[in-house]
Amino acid sequence: MTRTSSAATPDLFAGPGAPGSSGSRGAGPLLSVQDLHVQFRRRGVEPFDAVDGVSFDVAPGQTVGLVGESGCGKSVTSLAIMRLLAGRTTRVTGRVDFEGTDLLSLSRGEMRDRRGRDLAMIFQDPLSSLNPVVPLGVQVGEVLQRHRGMRRSAALREAADLLDQVGIPDPGRRIKEYAHQLSGGMRQRALIAMALACRPRLLIADEPTTALDVTIQAQILSLLRSLVSDHGTALIMITHDLGVVAGLCDEVNVLYAGRVVERAERHELFERPAHPYTHGLLASIPRLDAAAGERLTPIRGSVSDNIPWTHGCAFAPRCEREIDTCRQRTPELVPHDERRGDHLLRCHNSVPLDQVVAEGLAGPGHVARAGHEAAVLDRAATGPADTAGGTR
Amino acid sequence: MLRYTVRRLLQLVLVLVVLSLLLFLWLRSLPGGPVTAMLGDRSTPDKRAELTSVLGLDQPLMVQYGKFLGRVAHGNFGQSTGVAPGDSAIGVFADRFPATVELAIGALLFALVFGIPLGYLAARRRGGWLDNAGVVTSLLGVAVPVFFLAFLLKYIFAVKLGWLPPSGRQSPDIDATRVTGFFVLDGLLTREWDASWDAVKHLILPSIALGTIPFAVIFRITRSSVLDVQNEDFIRTAEAKGLTNRTIRSRHILRNALLPVVTVTGLQVGALLAGAVLTEKVFAFPGLGEALSIAFTKKDYPVLQVLILASATTFVLVNMLVDLSYAVIDPRIRTS
Repeated sequence: MTRTSSAATPDLFAGPGAPGSSGSRGAGPLLSVQDLHVQFRRRGVEPFDAVDGVSFDVAPGQTVGLVGESGCGKSVTSLAIMRLLAGRTTRVTGRVDFEGTDLLSLSRGEMRDRRGRDLAMIFQDPLSSLNPVVPLGVQVGEVLQRHRGMRRSAALREAADLLDQVGIPDPGRRIKEYAHQLSGGMRQRALIAMALACRPRLLIADEPTTALDVTIQAQILSLLRSLVSDHGTALIMITHDLGVVAGLCDEVNVLYAGRVVERAERHELFERPAHPYTHGLLASIPRLDAAAGERLTPIRGSVSDNIPWTHGCAFAPRCEREIDTCRQRTPELVPHDERRGDHLLRCHNSVPLDQVVAEGLAGPGHVARAGHEAAVLDRAATGPADTAGGTR
Repeated sequence: MLRYTVRRLLQLVLVLVVLSLLLFLWLRSLPGGPVTAMLGDRSTPDKRAELTSVLGLDQPLMVQYGKFLGRVAHGNFGQSTGVAPGDSAIGVFADRFPATVELAIGALLFALVFGIPLGYLAARRRGGWLDNAGVVTSLLGVAVPVFFLAFLLKYIFAVKLGWLPPSGRQSPDIDATRVTGFFVLDGLLTREWDASWDAVKHLILPSIALGTIPFAVIFRITRSSVLDVQNEDFIRTAEAKGLTNRTIRSRHILRNALLPVVTVTGLQVGALLAGAVLTEKVFAFPGLGEALSIAFTKKDYPVLQVLILASATTFVLVNMLVDLSYAVIDPRIRTS
């Protein structure tokens, strides 16, 4: 990959589909994360592997989900890809190939040139993610000034355009306003505008809807989905919400204790969840068709009840299906089923399909739920999305 | 914004009224009263009675206060008895005001020019040598008494090394034209560059002595504020946008981190006025502080009144300006 860092090249403007925008696109993945390790080191504390050998690919235009509870390493993975982790206390190893270039081997300056231009990120809490004392227009425009060499005035005009594209009404007025003057949904829209300003080929969304109201959540998700498909942007969706996964992701990686424990295409995952952890995540979703008074089935214990992967399966202490092997041998991530080579699983004693069906967990019930999610998204996409999220 | 300004001005008036009342009562509660204070213990009763009626002290307190306020409103504080006998008290003030303003500006410049960049760097390299050195220096700066530091600076740089003048505002051999009373500014206006430069040299040591405490405070506030801000989510957003270090520093970190610095700088003006007394005394710098110490030792009550009222007014005004500027630089205050 020999992309130069000159900011004002016209192909950037044209977006990822433009000819000549990249030399190595095509069949290969856009992003290939290989054996990513992130170790937190603090003086006086045992080094801790937050990410422990995660590998996954993202194809151009594809949406890949990283799913798991808090603390499973999904956010750290994304920050490591963006190289936004503090250098002094963390050690990142492995490869993060973006269009054939290992991002981890780039100099800080080269990485700075790529962030916001080739790959961008949006975060969980839109209020704290915006600078409180800088007008929105400046915050959107500065990306364009930085990466596309635009003048301040031109960048401001373009910023208004971008705000308009993400569904913020009256953008000409909004560019002069500040974060506290917008509603939560508007703030997240503004952040999306910033992230997509330079038409990055990869967008990482770290729980973008967690801090928002449910109705706004659906709007933001549908906005993301339409922008991503319009621009052909690849998306890494980090979430703990399987509803979001159902509505958005092509492929899903379920993470536990810093490792991928199950990977499958979306329908496959919802129909045949094989890992007891995935199974548990699905079972803990409240369901409309459950009998009144029926208790929710949470996964027992918490993320901190781990054993190290080196001693067996980290999930074993919380697992319903634990067998002796689980604490003796570390499970590998291998194809779950000969016929479905892309369904990968890391488990000694996976959940059999007949149990999944018997519990009504997957199959019709959950697909219906997935379908329901999608319907909500569609409604939000076509409905009067711009009217909600009124300001102040 | 306008309503806010008006409200603050009304607060200023209230502060001044209360202060004038305190001043008024203070003068009347001097041991033996103002008459004894002015004539001394061994005055004859006749003389005392005469002065009492001349000063109007035989009238009811309320009437006296009313008259006092009237005089104050006209800037008539009476004649100086000690600092510059025969001159009007307000004249003494006007004479020396520019000197202290120059000194205060010098001290604030010193504090800001060193405090903010060092505070920023210390925070960005937390735990590094600069951080540790800065923290120790600022602790020392607050701990060392102003007059001692002033003596030390004077001894080392003026007496021993002879780099800078030990006292005064300007060398006596310089025949400078006076325009505004601000010596540095006068030199610039009349193009008498050497006069300006000479005044600046006279300002350096006093400014450092007086500016050390504000420097230490500003350094610490900047440091802790930058430490807070650099961990904010929006700094991560800025990093994720690939912005240059320069943009992140100026637009995202400092613009937020300096908000508390502005407030503290305003409050430091009070400390400057207090410190000016000691600094000006050591450097024989003919400003308000020096006048204040002379007025105290010579019991020059008219001058004391002017100086106390003036410094209180300055303090309140400066902090009002700080609050107003705060509203300008922080949009969250402006709109609420």
